[in-house]
Amino acid sequence: MDLSAINPVLLIASLMVAATPILLAALGELVVEKAGVLNLGVEGMMITGAICGFAIAVETGSPVIGFLAAAIGGALLSMLFGILTQYLMSNQVATGLALTLFGLGISSLLGQDYVGVRPPLTGGLFPDALADLPVVGPIIFGHDWMVYVSLGLVAGIWAFLKYSRAGLILRAVGESHDAAHALGYNVIAVRLAAIAFGGACAGLGGAYLSLIRVPQWTEGMTAGAGWIALAIVVFAGWRPWRVLIGAYLFGGVTVLQLNLQAAGVAVSAEYLSMSPYLITILVLVLISAGRGRAALGAPASLGRSFHASH
Amino acid sequence: MTGTIPLLKIDGLTKAYPGVVANDDVSFQIMPGEVHALLGENGAGKSTLVKMLYGLVKPDAGALTYNGAAYAPTSPHAARETGIAMVFQHFSLFDALDVAENVALGMENPPPQRELAKRIKDVSEAYGLPLDPGRLVGDLSAGERQRVEIVRCLLQDPKLLIMDEPTSVLTPQEVEILFATLRKLQSEGTAILYISHKLEEIRSLCDAATILRLGKVVGRCDPREKSARELAEMMVGMSLHTPSREAKPKGPVALSIKGLSAKSASQFGTSLKDVALDVHEGEVLGIGGVAGNGQDELLMALSGEIGSAPDAIVMGDTPLGAMRPNERRALGLLAAPEERLGHAAAPNMSLTENAVLTGRVRKSLTSNGFINWGAARTFAEDVIGRFDVRTPGPTHAARSLSGGNLQKFVVGREILQSPKILIVNQPTWGVDASAAASIRQALLDLAAEGAAVVVISQDLDELMEISDRFAALNEGRLTPPRDTQGLTVDEIGLMMGGAHDLGAVA
Amino acid sequence: MISLIQRPEPSRAWSLATPLLAVLVTMIAGGIMFAALGKNPVEAIKVIFYDPILGEFAFYYRGQLLVKAAPLILIAIGLSLGFRAGIWNIGAEGQYIIGAVVGAGLGLAFFPLDAWWIYPLMVFGGALGGFLWAMIPGVLRVAFNTNEILVSLLLVYVAENILASMSTGLLQNPDGQGFPGSRNFRDFPAAYNPELIAGTGMHWGVVAAFIAVIFAYIVLARHILGFQIRLTGEAPRAARFAGVNPTRLVLLCFGISGALAGMAGLFEVSGPAGQISIDFNVGYGFTAIIVAFLGRLHPIGILLAGLLMALTYIGGEAAQAQLGLPAAAIQAFQGMLLFFLLAGDVLTNYRIRFGRAEAA
Repeated sequence: MDLSAINPVLLIASLMVAATPILLAALGELVVEKAGVLNLGVEGMMITGAICGFAIAVETGSPVIGFLAAAIGGALLSMLFGILTQYLMSNQVATGLALTLFGLGISSLLGQDYVGVRPPLTGGLFPDALADLPVVGPIIFGHDWMVYVSLGLVAGIWAFLKYSRAGLILRAVGESHDAAHALGYNVIAVRLAAIAFGGACAGLGGAYLSLIRVPQWTEGMTAGAGWIALAIVVFAGWRPWRVLIGAYLFGGVTVLQLNLQAAGVAVSAEYLSMSPYLITILVLVLISAGRGRAALGAPASLGRSFHASH
Repeated sequence: MTGTIPLLKIDGLTKAYPGVVANDDVSFQIMPGEVHALLGENGAGKSTLVKMLYGLVKPDAGALTYNGAAYAPTSPHAARETGIAMVFQHFSLFDALDVAENVALGMENPPPQRELAKRIKDVSEAYGLPLDPGRLVGDLSAGERQRVEIVRCLLQDPKLLIMDEPTSVLTPQEVEILFATLRKLQSEGTAILYISHKLEEIRSLCDAATILRLGKVVGRCDPREKSARELAEMMVGMSLHTPSREAKPKGPVALSIKGLSAKSASQFGTSLKDVALDVHEGEVLGIGGVAGNGQDELLMALSGEIGSAPDAIVMGDTPLGAMRPNERRALGLLAAPEERLGHAAAPNMSLTENAVLTGRVRKSLTSNGFINWGAARTFAEDVIGRFDVRTPGPTHAARSLSGGNLQKFVVGREILQSPKILIVNQPTWGVDASAAASIRQALLDLAAEGAAVVVISQDLDELMEISDRFAALNEGRLTPPRDTQGLTVDEIGLMMGGAHDLGAVA
Repeated sequence: MISLIQRPEPSRAWSLATPLLAVLVTMIAGGIMFAALGKNPVEAIKVIFYDPILGEFAFYYRGQLLVKAAPLILIAIGLSLGFRAGIWNIGAEGQYIIGAVVGAGLGLAFFPLDAWWIYPLMVFGGALGGFLWAMIPGVLRVAFNTNEILVSLLLVYVAENILASMSTGLLQNPDGQGFPGSRNFRDFPAAYNPELIAGTGMHWGVVAAFIAVIFAYIVLARHILGFQIRLTGEAPRAARFAGVNPTRLVLLCFGISGALAGMAGLFEVSGPAGQISIDFNVGYGFTAIIVAFLGRLHPIGILLAGLLMALTYIGGEAAQAQLGLPAAAIQAFQGMLLFFLLAGDVLTNYRIRFGRAEAA
């Protein structure tokens, strides 16, 4: 084994790439949960986004259009969940699971012709001169443009929730849908919008996997990333900047264990592969130990159905 | 300030829900600067009416005229823009948001946060209702929370302020402050639609009254010219049966509570602090207090849902503070919580199943863990028959019953298990007058047979009517109990406000 | 405008009718999906739903029906108890894998001993493995208030890695020339789960599934434990008031569902699958979630739903062979079924009214 082969600069640069799919999906779910809705279908929306983005990018040759298609695909799928839970008042846990199962099925159906195909390359944002600088080059300037989009999204969602009136209304709906309704806010419309946004973000996260991180299409390629994203929202206490920290920590663990596998550490590959999941569980335990749900910052109406009775 | 054109004219409003006509051809008018009372029992249709005025519910028929022009609000936003503001009885504040955010959510065009915070401070102090805009609403007392609602309305300079049962969460002293604020508003020309079933308040505050019964207008009057008795009879439509009780000597101590402290299960709940109380056999002990001062927690600590130190609660010689609910039931300590649907009863389960919920131990409804459904059904039918619960039968779901009938079932279920001690929280909340009277009588009868009865309630009239002694909860602390006879309203108010040193009479 | 009016009490008729309605609507929507894939929808539906029971080769498929339905029913029965109480164990797939690994490992440890107690020991090992694996999310929820949905699900990925490690390591067949996978249980009669009646597909797992159905039916209908489970799901506060100990209930529901899933895994690996291999699990743990809901969390309903879902598996394979229908189409089809069922649920609790709606 040769640990000196692990380059810390490349490690940081690659952890950002490893974390971005989860970051995108978790940001979307954060907004959904802030509106009081628990959508467990993140995994299904991600994988649907992964194939939509991949297929369209391959067909058009444009990653930008691919990502756009992924966002639309994720949002469309999330509307299934939205209609069921918001209009037909179905159980959110069960419906979220159904969305995941359905998404996994429909994506492999759509992706049959795309196995083994190579997607078009997604470009960077900064000129090569900057990206070639030592240390800061790979870490700050060397990424594809989606990494910067995801970082911008963190800041944008933070500002939206904290400073905008729409963000205040969204939080109010998640806190008490009865009170928000009594004050005249359209609870269902706010929640549907949040669900669609969450779906779009999950779709982007999935497409990032298939177009950039892997980059190819395989069935079930999200491999639990959607569930990790859900865990990171809890870890972050429903705060955008902490979602960033959580996703990058998770990305770090993933990249590190891959590097260790490559370096030939004397632990079998399977045990290294399961380590990110185990660490996520451990972090969940540490975060929730000794505190109630509310003390974690969970929206009070999370997961509850709303029906405007007289 | 009284003009000739009415500020709001209500003409033939009708609204029907499946199985019930909530409002039937309701007409009246409110003049500018008038304090108009809308008087009626629970279920008379007051809430439906104000929801139509505020744009939350669309009427089936009828018309509204505001300042001479047609007014048909499609949402509360439209109502607020017209100049109508509303203080809700429940459900319009957000615990995890701060005061300024809560206020902003109830305004159409709120100024930036910093300016809003300043205006909240200014307005709240001008009207004698001081508020800190940065505090979380969940940390405020019930009275302070109501201030948030009122200040939210005042910031929009309403022409008509609707207040739905505003005093149910206030101590008598806080009620005086509220009335001073309302009179100041009236003098500035704001009309107020004041909804209540408390007759004395209406007599002292309002210029005109409209009385609703079963969705219909059954009377109009100037409340200052009527006696409370006359108003009550207009409201209820019949003369009331007042519960009877006989004076009797005090029995031995049945339940002794000492140093009872318990943490609330919910984040914004009130923890119990060092509660001490002796309850005697054959007495009704009333516990008053403003909502949210530990009533739920006290009931749960006594029923066994919240554990405590073993000898904090002692029954006879048995310490039961650490016992689970069914162990306490076996000993004869029973309870009926406030929230009927979801706490005292499971909404979607049948009455037979709900009879098993608490009756399992004392009625021997299980053997070797298997439920005897026949016996459970018989017990449920017994409760239904003895307490006049109106339902087609015990197979029907709890949520299909009206509030009054379900409450009779819940209280009856405990009483028919012949408790040695019965704790009830808000036994007649949201219940029509005749059901309330029969529930109160049943509690008195139970005490007459020798049981100790603890009634937790926010209805002071009820407590004065049925209890032998009175104590009050304030922020999780309980005042020493005092004999009800001879207690004045001022003293009650001070007890509810947390005065613990009123010279208790044991 | 359509509006929903809450019924005064849940409608029993609709509660029975919605699963049937959902199946019907799924057939129509699935037909449209098959048509979009260029297949004859009527033909595809017939191959999936009709041929395996009444078609020319039904004698072969009928046996498969029980083989596929048994693990689904066994797992779904366990899950349904927790789901009724609002306790969400969605990691049955992981418990299924670990149960299989532990039970198979115990058996293989005695290879090639021929003793009657080996198979009972393996079944016990399977139940124990699933039980312990399910206890992880259960205990974490009780002790640290950790979200059991996420933990149980994440543990599926851990279990899959353990399975991969076992089938290429500890449990690998020493006589297998280095191929991944354990010894085949067909070569180890004392540890094999055979077909009990030829041609029926009946094996010990099927027997266990039937027993579980009857047991669950009695517990839910007559026993106080079933009452407490239902009460906790309906009204958690009322359950505490009635003296239900939530900690005990969480552990119990996780324990039972884990043990049943683990047993299902053992029956599968020692019989139909034949060996521990890297991909012997085919997602029964997830499909069982659909089965549990499709059966309305009721034991008899689960029995029927398990058979129906098994039919879609078998019919799906037949359609794959005969019509070239992709396997993923069946997965999407199953997902659709769950969607329509959940959507139909609204009819149980709400009445649909056409006409004027309320403002807001």
